[in-house]
Amino acid sequence: MPKAKLESQKKAPKTKAKVAEVEVKVPGPLEELEQKHERKNVLMQGNEAVAYGALDAGCNFFAGYPITPSTEIAEILARELPKRGGTFIQMEDEIASICAIAGASLAGAKALTATSGPGFSLMQEGIGFAKITETPCVVVNVQRAGPSTGMPTSPSQGDIMQARWGSHGDSPAIVLYPDSVKESYELTIRAINLSEKYRTCVVLLLDEVIGHMRESVLLPDLRKTRVISRIKPNVPPHWYKHYDKDQKYLSPLASYGEGYRFHVTSLTHDALGFPTNKAAEAAEMMARLRRKITYNIRDLVQIESHQMEDAKIAIFAAGITARSAKAAVAIARSEGIKLGLLRPLTIWPFPDEAVRKMLQDVEAVIVPELNQGQFIREIKRLTRDKSEGNVVGLTKVNGQMLTPNDILRKVKEVM
Amino acid sequence: MKNYEIRLSGSGGQGLILASIILAGAAVIDKRHVTQTQSYGPESRGGSSRADVIISDREIYFPEAMNFNCLLALTQEACDKYLFDLREKGILIVDTTHVKNIALAADNTYELPFTDIAIERLGSAISTNILALGFLVRITKVVSEKSLEISLKQNVKPAFVDLNLKALQIGYDLADQYTGGNQK
Amino acid sequence: MANIPQKVVHDYLRHDKKFPHVWCAGCSNGIVLGSIIRGVASLDIHRDDIVMVSGIGCSSRMPVYVDFNTLHTLHGRAIAFATGIKMHKPHLKVIVVTGDGDCTAIGGNHLIHAARRNLDLTVILINNNIYGMTGGQASPTTPHEAFATTAPYGNIEPDFDICQLALGAGATHVARTTAFHTQEVQKMVSDALTHPGFSLLEIVSACPVIFGRLNKKGGPAQMMKDMRDNSIPLSAVDKLPPEKREGKIIRGTLRKEIMPEYTERYADLVARVAAMGEEA
Repeated sequence: MPKAKLESQKKAPKTKAKVAEVEVKVPGPLEELEQKHERKNVLMQGNEAVAYGALDAGCNFFAGYPITPSTEIAEILARELPKRGGTFIQMEDEIASICAIAGASLAGAKALTATSGPGFSLMQEGIGFAKITETPCVVVNVQRAGPSTGMPTSPSQGDIMQARWGSHGDSPAIVLYPDSVKESYELTIRAINLSEKYRTCVVLLLDEVIGHMRESVLLPDLRKTRVISRIKPNVPPHWYKHYDKDQKYLSPLASYGEGYRFHVTSLTHDALGFPTNKAAEAAEMMARLRRKITYNIRDLVQIESHQMEDAKIAIFAAGITARSAKAAVAIARSEGIKLGLLRPLTIWPFPDEAVRKMLQDVEAVIVPELNQGQFIREIKRLTRDKSEGNVVGLTKVNGQMLTPNDILRKVKEVM
Repeated sequence: MKNYEIRLSGSGGQGLILASIILAGAAVIDKRHVTQTQSYGPESRGGSSRADVIISDREIYFPEAMNFNCLLALTQEACDKYLFDLREKGILIVDTTHVKNIALAADNTYELPFTDIAIERLGSAISTNILALGFLVRITKVVSEKSLEISLKQNVKPAFVDLNLKALQIGYDLADQYTGGNQK
Repeated sequence: MANIPQKVVHDYLRHDKKFPHVWCAGCSNGIVLGSIIRGVASLDIHRDDIVMVSGIGCSSRMPVYVDFNTLHTLHGRAIAFATGIKMHKPHLKVIVVTGDGDCTAIGGNHLIHAARRNLDLTVILINNNIYGMTGGQASPTTPHEAFATTAPYGNIEPDFDICQLALGAGATHVARTTAFHTQEVQKMVSDALTHPGFSLLEIVSACPVIFGRLNKKGGPAQMMKDMRDNSIPLSAVDKLPPEKREGKIIRGTLRKEIMPEYTERYADLVARVAAMGEEA
């Protein structure tokens, strides 16, 4: 059984820094794990895992619009939220959906929506709203092949850059990317936690295959699941500044209807939330949005380092493509090829430090992805003086997955 | 045991995805690692449909079956399309109601008119999927039959449990007859 | 005039923060703002329980000035945001302040669906027949043949009757008046605020600086007079010969009906599901 390591990355320093590594428990036989405090082994679909993850993280509001391949998330929450006194509403479109969850969040809800490419495109303005107003919410995008309507039931990783830059006006992004059904559950909880903590819209990107795949899953013990809720102000209403510079820019957020009659606008605003055109205040607001991410890189970035200790060639891949890569690593290792995998669980902010370390440690990096070359741009950005020739892309955009053999063939080409 | 890869293939509406979920659910009850994936067009009826189940004792990385240990083909199109990805000594199960030509002689081929049998014995083709699944499980022994029955009860509506348990049993019996009881 | 409690208005304005306001001299928006405040004060709704939501446009700048829970959002989307707030906290009184372009062009879809659901929102739509903030582009209520910067040869499109649109979509309370009829505005605002369901109040207003200049409507006073002379109360419509009704703004409550409200329906659903759980 390969040893999995989780690495959380430091705030991007100017000099070479050691990447912190946090060991995670190596999974044992299923039966043994089930007997411990873990919950029952179940067969679960990726979309189902997202829905239950949302509920377990305290999500009590869903507004959405049906779209393949994400619809199961809405269907499950339509059934489950009323049972828990939460709200489910099917809106008239995806624009309304993102706006409704932002509105609900300002009234105090933990709110989530789920969609796919076409809907994600429609939501971009609302995502920008949540970012500039610092309104916690989560958007799940189960990616499908595009562009446009594309192939609704086929996998694609085409929205990596859109998740980063899709909304106009230059704002930072937190985007998580699971590679299994279990991780879909875990990262949904994490997405909600991060949205509450950082007061922003967090995006969870799923691959169509993961959204629709069923896997045996041992869900972690709910009693051990850490759930984060936004900090509420404890000052009198007339002292309250909802965009104060408190605690590394993570300032408390009141809810509508609780006595703090504050103003929220998606115009550039001051610390009280009132619109401003003053250069100093505008610069301060932009710095605040940026710093709350950059000051907390260590908390935000998660990566998995798979058989990288002695690797000569590394694969950088996320989601379903990382699963193919792990299979390729296993085959390569059996043939004596020292191949490893670096997998980001957080794709934005990008794990710069771990990638720099990888580029130093290995002779070549292969970047397989189900798009026409999106991750590879980031890897090449980090090569600096090293030759870009050592970074090799592998793409597939025909609606099918990259297979372990596709990756292995590329490995052998660069050897 | 290494990964055991099964592909269930046919056309939309034949219940292959449900059969694959029942099979994967049985593997979970058996405490095995399992992945179940599916591929289908936008239609829920008519178009081609396939579902893959991979069962293993270790973590499964790539979830699509590429080199099947067992292929179930309920249509000619599916048989033609996937037969060449059956591994050496892999098991081929075809529904001869719809599959008239097999392009390649596989070592372990089982040919039965599952759809006709379902119509004759159960009154409709609706349970062909479960009947074929029962046959497949008794032949391959990839999951325990006890777990299969529990999973079936978990995954079909209560009103259809009895019918489907009957279909499963017919599948088992057909397997015994086919092999002369050697598989038991 | 002694009875008009000016102090009430001042009490509700964020006067220490956000004045002077952005509206042009002669704009009707201030009249409507004053009416909303007086309506809220007279109904004794606690300001902590009021959320005022708006989109983009001149009228949508209103929330910044009042001491409620306030939310200034994206163009056209005020009703969608308001839906989220109301569904999560149904006890809040949610007022949407919007304009003709915001609510019936880019936001038309949200208007008709909130009306269809009969969600308890108070939508106050200030109709000035133009996009004022951005300098005078044509809106869905710019009259046929009127001028706008994007209709320099005259508008070739027919215009929306907003109230008919809302009625068609199922709004349970629909009313219209003009900014000239200030007492009526205030009464209708109070009516709308107390209606348990979706209410749309269209307030026909004057935009002398943009619409008025482009269409040679005279100054603010003239436009006020026009609203007086070109409108008739609903009660008088039947008594007038057809030629006298032609082109007139009909003022009055076009529909007021109590129907099941959406947050109540949802609460019933939750109760029903809970009962199912207990039975099981």
